[in-house]
Amino acid sequence: MRKAFKLQDLDCANCAAKMENGIKSIDGVKSATVSFMTQKLVLEADDARFDEIVEEAARICKKIEPDCVIVR
Amino acid sequence: MNRKQRRTRNRILIAIALFVVAYVIAELMPLSTWLGSETAALWAEFALFLIPYLIAGYDVLLRAAKNIGHGQVFDENFLMSVATIGAFALVLFPDSDPHMAEGAAVMLFYQVGELFQSYAVGKSRASIAEMMDIAPDFANVERDGELVQVDPYEVAVGDEIVVKAGERVPLDGVVVSGASQLDTAALTGESVPREVREGDEIISGCVNLTGLITVRVTKPFGESTVSRILELVENAAEKKARTENFITRFARYYTPAVTGIAVLLAVIPPLFFGESWSDWVQRGLVFLVVSCPCALVISVPLSFFGGIGGASRLGILVKGSNYLETLSHAETVVFDKTGTLTDGSFNVVAVHPETGIDPDRLLSIAAHAEAYSDHPIALSVKAAYAGPIDRERIAEVEEQSGHGVRARVDERTVYVGNDKLMRACGADFHDCELTGTILHVSLDGEYVGHIVIADVVKPDAAEAIAALRAAGVRKTVMLTGDRADVAAAVAQELGIDEYRAQLLPQDKVAEVEKLLDETHAHGTGKGKLAFVGDGINDAPVLTRADIGIAMGAMGSDAAIEAADVVLMDDKPSNIARAIRIARTTMSIVWQNIVFALGVKLLVLVLAAFGIANMWLAVFADVGVAIIAILNAMRAMNVRNMK
Repeated sequence: MRKAFKLQDLDCANCAAKMENGIKSIDGVKSATVSFMTQKLVLEADDARFDEIVEEAARICKKIEPDCVIVR
Repeated sequence: MNRKQRRTRNRILIAIALFVVAYVIAELMPLSTWLGSETAALWAEFALFLIPYLIAGYDVLLRAAKNIGHGQVFDENFLMSVATIGAFALVLFPDSDPHMAEGAAVMLFYQVGELFQSYAVGKSRASIAEMMDIAPDFANVERDGELVQVDPYEVAVGDEIVVKAGERVPLDGVVVSGASQLDTAALTGESVPREVREGDEIISGCVNLTGLITVRVTKPFGESTVSRILELVENAAEKKARTENFITRFARYYTPAVTGIAVLLAVIPPLFFGESWSDWVQRGLVFLVVSCPCALVISVPLSFFGGIGGASRLGILVKGSNYLETLSHAETVVFDKTGTLTDGSFNVVAVHPETGIDPDRLLSIAAHAEAYSDHPIALSVKAAYAGPIDRERIAEVEEQSGHGVRARVDERTVYVGNDKLMRACGADFHDCELTGTILHVSLDGEYVGHIVIADVVKPDAAEAIAALRAAGVRKTVMLTGDRADVAAAVAQELGIDEYRAQLLPQDKVAEVEKLLDETHAHGTGKGKLAFVGDGINDAPVLTRADIGIAMGAMGSDAAIEAADVVLMDDKPSNIARAIRIARTTMSIVWQNIVFALGVKLLVLVLAAFGIANMWLAVFADVGVAIIAILNAMRAMNVRNMK
């Protein structure tokens, strides 16, 4: 499944790059891009574990930039 | 500015005011006399500067603390906190000059820079969004005899919608009644309005300028032109350019490396060589401030985003930063002739009557003889004939398949067709010096002249080829299924370097592959090949080329799908514009990379030798970031390319 999420309060470009790397390394993620310019996360991952993966991605974002929230 | 930004701004203003007060007191008031000792005076200063410092930077300190808890050590909050706390901590070294003012100022400047960054990025985001503001808000649908506004999503294929003057066309469809003029500028960059009347196809995103029209919807909103364009531009940010990936990879190593050196610099000389602690710790702190890679990491995607946004303003849709990057290296441009360089429609380009015959009369005879034919050639003759066709004058029309037509016009026998037909009817014809399809005409067995019909070269095609050359394209090639003499004439007229004629569709892929090998083998091997087609049946070639450009793609799904760059209108001059935008964007990207890295490296070297102070370090961080952002925003400015 492939889905786009809005990232609220993503304020730092370097953090966006770190988030992208972090999310890419989650098990089951086929591809992930975090765009600082459009403030968007596009995630392609296993259907079966999709919700779980989104949870994990949200945790990673929070860890890197505490203010940043994935809008679901 | 949004609320968050305004709050930060106010906080910074208060902090600056307090900083000035603290600075005046520390510099001008005889603190040591008042308080009795130098040490007491120093601590008083410390307290004075701590107030603006905390007001300006408490959030940075908090975030840094939180992030350490998360194991995120090398983030900018942490680096700034360590650097500024370090500056304050120098108070513990009585032998050194006090650096509290610097510590507070660094935090202030950092916050000003951050605020400006966030403002500038938000601003450019908004202006790009504004450029792409083509999404319609509603559609007018008649329900129970009344016009109601509904969400375009709710309109089904086959429904009829009403578009009033001044409104945006919400969905793709066909005009069923009414006539008007449409402003397509938001889609194509073309400022001349387009006329539509009953039966014409109409595309969402255009603005209806004059009349009221009723449109039968042919596509659901999700598949309408507007939705497709918006989706395309939105997704463009996903496909990152090589340069962008390189910079983020670089940043991953740069920050830890510089931080590591900072620690070594602060510790080793004093520990092993008996140097002054305060001096070397300060050098280490300068390193920390410079170690933030933000300027680079922001400015590169911002430039690409600006370039893509600016291009879309001109009706050039680039599907990703990576394509913009590839396009900037375009060295060979290969064209499909029909539909890109030429109109793809037949037109009368010359009327050559024999002596004593009026050209209008020649056209009139031919048009009447062809009156009942709807062959493209016949249509072009009828289109060129200005007068009305009087069917009373025509009798006994007989099509001679593949050769032409025989008819009786004004009681006289007329043959209109190719040389074979002329030989058959015994007319004494001669060839023409022009290339194209020659339509000979004979009247009662006597040759009266010929009409030349050709696929007309677009008015800006020659200019487009010249512009490509000026933009640095080394070679232009034209592919066509046409005869060699027609191809040669067009190539010569336009100044195209090479042509390949009489190609079948599958030959085109093979030709492009050959040209790809040749382009990649030439020079440094960095040059790329761009293929330009009208997207109708050249999808395989579009995908095979380094970069596929589809033109005249308004409303053509196949073209939008297959191409990497989509030109909304059918003007070849936009190809050169696209390449120029790509080159400008890339040069802005590299300017930023070289400038940001150059300044940072310079300050690092100066700091290692103890020449650079904290002020210079702050400039190398936020100052450079701001300059890089301002530079990146230039990529959006495409007005001078029109």
